[in-house]
Amino acid sequence: MKHTTLIGKMVSHREWLLGAIIILMLAGVGYSAPFFVSPGNLAEAFDDTAILIMLACAQMLVILTRCIDLSVASNLALTGMAVALFNVAYPDTPAIVTLLMSIGIGVILGAFNGILVWLVGIPSIVVTLGTMSVYRGFVFLLSGGEWVNAHEMTPQFLALPRATFLDLTVLSWIAIALTLVMYVFTRFTKTGLSIFAVGGNPKAAVYSGLDVGKHQFITFCISGAVAGMCGYLWVSRYAVAYVEVALAFELQVVAACVIGGISIAGGIGSIWGAALGAIFLGLIKNALPVIGISPFWQLAISGLVIVLAVIINSRSEKRGGRRILREAHQ
Amino acid sequence: MINEETLKQPMTKEISRELPDSLNGDLRSKLMRWETLLMVFVAIAFFTNTQLSPYFLDPWSLSDATFNFTEKAIIALPMALLIIARDIDLSVASTIALASVAMGFANSMGVGPIELAMIGMAVGAVAGFVNGWIITKFDIPAIVVTIGTMSLYRGIAYIVLGDDVYRSYPSDFAFFGQGYVWGVLSFEFVLFLCLAVVFGILLHKTTFGRRVYAIGNNPTAALFSGINVKRHRLFLFTLVGLFAGVAAVLLTSRIGSTRPSIAMGWELEVITMVVLGGVNIMGGAGSIVGVFIAVFLMGLVTFGMGLMNVPGIVMSIFTGLLLILVIGTPIIWRRILSARKLRSQKQG
Repeated sequence: MKHTTLIGKMVSHREWLLGAIIILMLAGVGYSAPFFVSPGNLAEAFDDTAILIMLACAQMLVILTRCIDLSVASNLALTGMAVALFNVAYPDTPAIVTLLMSIGIGVILGAFNGILVWLVGIPSIVVTLGTMSVYRGFVFLLSGGEWVNAHEMTPQFLALPRATFLDLTVLSWIAIALTLVMYVFTRFTKTGLSIFAVGGNPKAAVYSGLDVGKHQFITFCISGAVAGMCGYLWVSRYAVAYVEVALAFELQVVAACVIGGISIAGGIGSIWGAALGAIFLGLIKNALPVIGISPFWQLAISGLVIVLAVIINSRSEKRGGRRILREAHQ
Repeated sequence: MINEETLKQPMTKEISRELPDSLNGDLRSKLMRWETLLMVFVAIAFFTNTQLSPYFLDPWSLSDATFNFTEKAIIALPMALLIIARDIDLSVASTIALASVAMGFANSMGVGPIELAMIGMAVGAVAGFVNGWIITKFDIPAIVVTIGTMSLYRGIAYIVLGDDVYRSYPSDFAFFGQGYVWGVLSFEFVLFLCLAVVFGILLHKTTFGRRVYAIGNNPTAALFSGINVKRHRLFLFTLVGLFAGVAAVLLTSRIGSTRPSIAMGWELEVITMVVLGGVNIMGGAGSIVGVFIAVFLMGLVTFGMGLMNVPGIVMSIFTGLLLILVIGTPIIWRRILSARKLRSQKQG
């Protein structure tokens, strides 16, 4: 019991640290380019990061159960293309129906990953590495390689994420709401807490009556649902759907989780960590052009940040519990 | 007594149960081997291709077909060792980009073709060493570190090159990727065949190879039997990096230009080759022969789809499904077998 609180302390400590770094970065960039920290610009930057935040929160659940979902970006692209084509075929569909439909398609794609992990027992990295290219290929089959452009989409399809409420876009509000829901889910529901237990110590979880595979399946479904919803939001926000939408975005999502202190070994992490990790990456992306660094630096910087973050994580992740013999990897 | 064949297999429950009475392995177990199954698939793919195109059996056309997979196959060999030792490297394609950009940069400074190749291989080896060093020094899972360096290495390539492209490699440099050693046998392909033999011996006939299996089966037990696990892992990562460098030399020489997006997505295809070859993704089992055959299977199938004008992205559906099927089928198969065994035990 003492140990759990210790880990809890360390994790919360790391979030404060990440928050402090983000504020320092904001101050630094704001000092050289004051307009960057104006409320309007910050709201815009947040809107730009909203999808990454949502995907990172969902990915966190998957990683907590010792799995990984590398297919999120392909799921996003496939669902985005599907709803865009649906919108072209049936222009009268209300936006909210499109949103629900995207969640539905996403769940199906996520559940396919989940079933392969749960019932067949294939390692998640293999499954999602496979479905990553399968789903991406299906985008091509579905669209025939064609683009769906802004003028083909109906105004109501495009309007939903852009509408503003209290100076923030609906997209931003969805991200905030989802983060809060995820927080409640992971902290106060039985399933949410079980997800931590399953990842922290699968054997102990089995002995306490938890079905490890089933919880992994649930997290894949959630990850799929969020990826599907983001598919619609992405296509609608950028007003274009094509095969390469969000190509390699899964790396940024995993990066956000790693930076946010979510342990890839499972069982450790928090929603605030994932969200702050995503905000950190979004801040880098939006601040680089402002301080005059070429956008070509972005990939290398996020790679470097991932490596540094995992090194820092490894320091604070020394596992407790009784261990008679030292493990080779430890 | 335990024969050599069983020693090569992982000591999973099924096999250890079979140990006492499987001295030489009966015909049935030999037929059921993964490598045999792969050979059947290769034969089917080969036959289908001859039906698809009358030009397929032309020696030059066959030789051309090898160019599509040789570079990936060369990375698949050390990758097989790495995966057997329970690690993985997702940064190989980015390492190719980094090494290729380094060669392009050196070329613009006026370096000779041999030196260019040396630089490419050296950059690859250093990139692999950095992966291995971080992973072994800080005890971090290989997958996260190599996801990070995957962005980092390709990111450096983008910083150096941006939208640009390196061209105008010296004409002598073209030999590595375009030259022929004897008749229709290309330098690339001969190099791959030689390396396959070398890696086969390394994995199956040397102490080092035995240790790789030992580490993959049980790192803790390997450590307590006196194997320097960290040093072996570090060496394997450097080896994979080195051969990603070799692949970079061949690829850059073959296409004669470098863009930062070079070899995008290759890590998936390399890993698919290795896993298709029967290497257990959880470590501890696999053979170079299997990987060798799998390489040809992938090559034949993609070539066949090329003959049918299937676009590359649709081929990726196939690669992805193949990866899942190849790993999923044996698991389901084993489960059916053990369920049947259990039932017969209950009845008996």
